Amino acid sequence: MQPLKRKHAPGAPSRWAYRAERLWLTPVVRNGLRFGVPVLVLGGLAAFYLGDPANRAVLLNAGLELRRSIVERPEFMVSSVSIVGASPEVAEDIGDVMGLDFPVSSFDLDLDPVRQAVTGLDAIARADLFIRPGGVLEVRVVERTPRILWRSENGLELLDREGHRVGAVTRRGARADLPLIVGQGAEVAVPEALALLAAARPVEARLRGLVRMGERRWDVVLDRGQRILLPEEGALAALERVMALDQAEDLLSRDVVAVDLRIPARPTLRMGPNAQKIFQEIKAMELGATSG
Amino acid sequence: MSNLYQSQRAMRRMRKQAMDRGVVAILDVGTSKLACLVLRFDGSDRLRDSEGVGPLAGQSSFRVIGAAALRSRGVRFGEITAMQETERAIRTVVQRAQKMARQRVDHVIACFAGARPRSYGLEGGVDLSGHVVKEEDVASALASCEMPDIGPGREVLHAQPVNFALDHRTGLSDPRGQIGKRLSVDMHLLTVEGSVIENLIYCIKRCDLELAGIANSAYVSGVSSLVEDEQELGAACIDMGGGTTGVSVFIKKHMIYADSVRMGGRHVTSDICQCLQVPFDTAERIKTFNGGLVATGMDDREMIAIGGETGDYEHDRRTVSRAELIGIMRPRVEEILEDVRARLDAAGFEYLPGRKIVLTGGGSLIPGLDAVASRILGQHVRLGRPLRVQGLPQSATGAAFSSAVGLCLFAAHPQDEWWDFAVPSERYPATSLRRAVRWFRDNW
Repeated sequence: MQPLKRKHAPGAPSRWAYRAERLWLTPVVRNGLRFGVPVLVLGGLAAFYLGDPANRAVLLNAGLELRRSIVERPEFMVSSVSIVGASPEVAEDIGDVMGLDFPVSSFDLDLDPVRQAVTGLDAIARADLFIRPGGVLEVRVVERTPRILWRSENGLELLDREGHRVGAVTRRGARADLPLIVGQGAEVAVPEALALLAAARPVEARLRGLVRMGERRWDVVLDRGQRILLPEEGALAALERVMALDQAEDLLSRDVVAVDLRIPARPTLRMGPNAQKIFQEIKAMELGATSG
Repeated sequence: MSNLYQSQRAMRRMRKQAMDRGVVAILDVGTSKLACLVLRFDGSDRLRDSEGVGPLAGQSSFRVIGAAALRSRGVRFGEITAMQETERAIRTVVQRAQKMARQRVDHVIACFAGARPRSYGLEGGVDLSGHVVKEEDVASALASCEMPDIGPGREVLHAQPVNFALDHRTGLSDPRGQIGKRLSVDMHLLTVEGSVIENLIYCIKRCDLELAGIANSAYVSGVSSLVEDEQELGAACIDMGGGTTGVSVFIKKHMIYADSVRMGGRHVTSDICQCLQVPFDTAERIKTFNGGLVATGMDDREMIAIGGETGDYEHDRRTVSRAELIGIMRPRVEEILEDVRARLDAAGFEYLPGRKIVLTGGGSLIPGLDAVASRILGQHVRLGRPLRVQGLPQSATGAAFSSAVGLCLFAAHPQDEWWDFAVPSERYPATSLRRAVRWFRDNW
C-alpha cells in the first residue's frame, strides 16, 4: 500500500494554493485587492496627514505660493491699455470706467465685467477687448454717431439713430448741423423722426424741427409758426402728400397756419388771419354777385 | 435509484445556473489524460444577429476561453482508483484552464469512460388523459417504462427517450401537441457502477467545484465526431482511449447502445514496455513516434534506438526494428478491435441501415489503424476528428479531444433525459403538498 501522504506531483497546486488562486480569480476579490485596498490605504494616509490643521495650512500656503509664482510671471502680466476707435474724450471716459490699475496678471483679469462697464458708456455702441502679446490690453470700440438733437426737460441731448443717448450739449448752436426734435417720448420714435426729416427735405430750409405730441404723433414745425399735423399711423405717407401738394400748389408758401392731416381721409387747412379776411371778402363778393 | 434521479435533477439546475452565469468548465477524466475546457456562453442571439451565423449544432452559442490537458493520475480503466492523486490532477488542470480563461469557474460538467456501462432498451406507454399530448403525458409515458433489473450497486447514467409513437405512427421526435389516444415511448437506459460515479462526484466536490452534469464519454465523443448523416442513418463511434475503448451506436440522432471494452492505448504501451524491457514513459514515446500497425519491407530496415539510463553500454544502445514494434502492437490492437466487434455484434449493429464505423480517441492516431480496423470491423470505417468549435486551441483539436469537444456540445444542447420531465403526480408521496397543488390545478 502506498503511503497516504506523498510528495506532490510536479506542478500540482496544494489545496490552499488552489483555493487562493480561485479566490484571486473572483472579480470582487480581485478588483477589491487591486484597486480598493490601495485606494483605502492612500486615503487613510491622506486623511491622517490632513487631520492636523497645521499640515493643512502648510499645504494651502504652498499651493497659493505656487499659483502666485506662476500667475506673476512677466509673460502673463498686462501692463498697458490701448483704445482703438474712440475719440480722445471718450477714450478718457473709457479709461476711468475700466478702473484697472496696471500691471495686472491676465489670470486675475476678468474681461467680461470690464467689457460690460465699457459698453455701459452712452457713447459706445460696441466694445471688444483683447489681450495682445506684450502685455497690452486692447479695447476696440465702436462709438455711437449723434444723428439728432432732442430737447427735453433735462436739456439738449444728442441721440443716435436708434434713439440711444450719446451725449449732451448746452446750446442748440453747438450742433447746428443736426435736426431738432422736441417733446416727451420723442426719443423712442427717433427712427420715424429721421424718416420724416428725410421726407421733409424739400422744405429743409424752413424746417424748425419735429414736435412729439402726446407721446403718439408728430408735428412738423416750419418757420412763421406753420405746422403740419401728422397722424399717428402713416405719418410718412401723409407728409409726402403734403410735400407733393406743396410742390404742385405752393401750399406751404401761402398764408396757412396749419395743415391738419390727423384724419387722413379729411385733410384740413387752417388759414392765417389775412387769408381768412380775404377769403371772407371773396365769399361775400361771390354771394353778392349771385344775389345781386 | 431515486437518489441519483434527484441528483440528476439537481445537476440540471446547476447547469441552468452555470448558463446564467455564462461560464462552465468541461472535464474529461480519462485514463491517460485529463482535459479541461472553459466555455463562455454569451447567448446565441447576439451572434446570430450580427454575423448571420446559424445555430451550427449549438456551437455558435459558446466559445472556448480556456483549455488545459494534463497527464492523468490515479485513474485506471476510466475509473478513479487513487482519490488523492486524481483530485490533485483535477485541481491542476482546472487551475491551468482557469488561468488561461482568466476567470473563475464554479460549475463543471464531467465525463468518464469506465464503470462498465450497460445499455437497456425500455418501452412504455400510456392512454392519453385528453386528446392532445401534453408534457405530463410524456412524463407519465416515461414513468410507465418498466425498470429492468440493473443489478446491485448500479446507477442510471443516461435515460433518454429515443422514439415516441402515437397510436400507429412511430418515429416521432416530439409528440407534444399532437392528437391521439395512446402514447408509447422507447427509452434507452445506460447504467454504470454507482461507486465510480460517487467517487467522481466526491472528487470534484473536493476541488470546490459544482457538478453540473455527467456523461458517458463514448456517448459524447459520438456526439462530436459523427457527422449529422451518420448520426441519422446509424453509425458506431469507437473511442479508443487510454484505459478503455468506448463503443456507442447512434441512429436517428439518438444513442441507442453504449458499451466499453476495458482495453486501450495503455495496454499497447505496456506490451511494448514488457517486450522491450523499457520504462513505461520510454515505451509511450516509442509508440507515439514510431508506432504503426501495417509492416512493410522498409520497416525491417528502420531501426529505432530504445535508449536507457542504466550505464550499461550494451543495454543502453539496444535497437529494435520498426517491424518488430509493429509485431508487438498489432496483436493487442486486433484484440481490442475484435472485442469491439463482439460488442457490436451483440448489439445487432449489422441490422442498421448505415453501418458506418468511426474511430476516434487518442488510440486512433496509430498509423495504419484504419487498414486493420476495416479488416476486422467491415468496410465502412473512417477515422474521425471532433467537430471544430470556436476558440479551441490547435493543440486540442485532435482525435484525443473528441470526448471533451463532445462534452462541450452536450453542455450547450443536452439531450432530453427522463429527469427533464416533471414527475407524474401519482408518483409523489401521498402527503406531498405538491400533489395537492397538482390535484387542485388539474380539477379547476
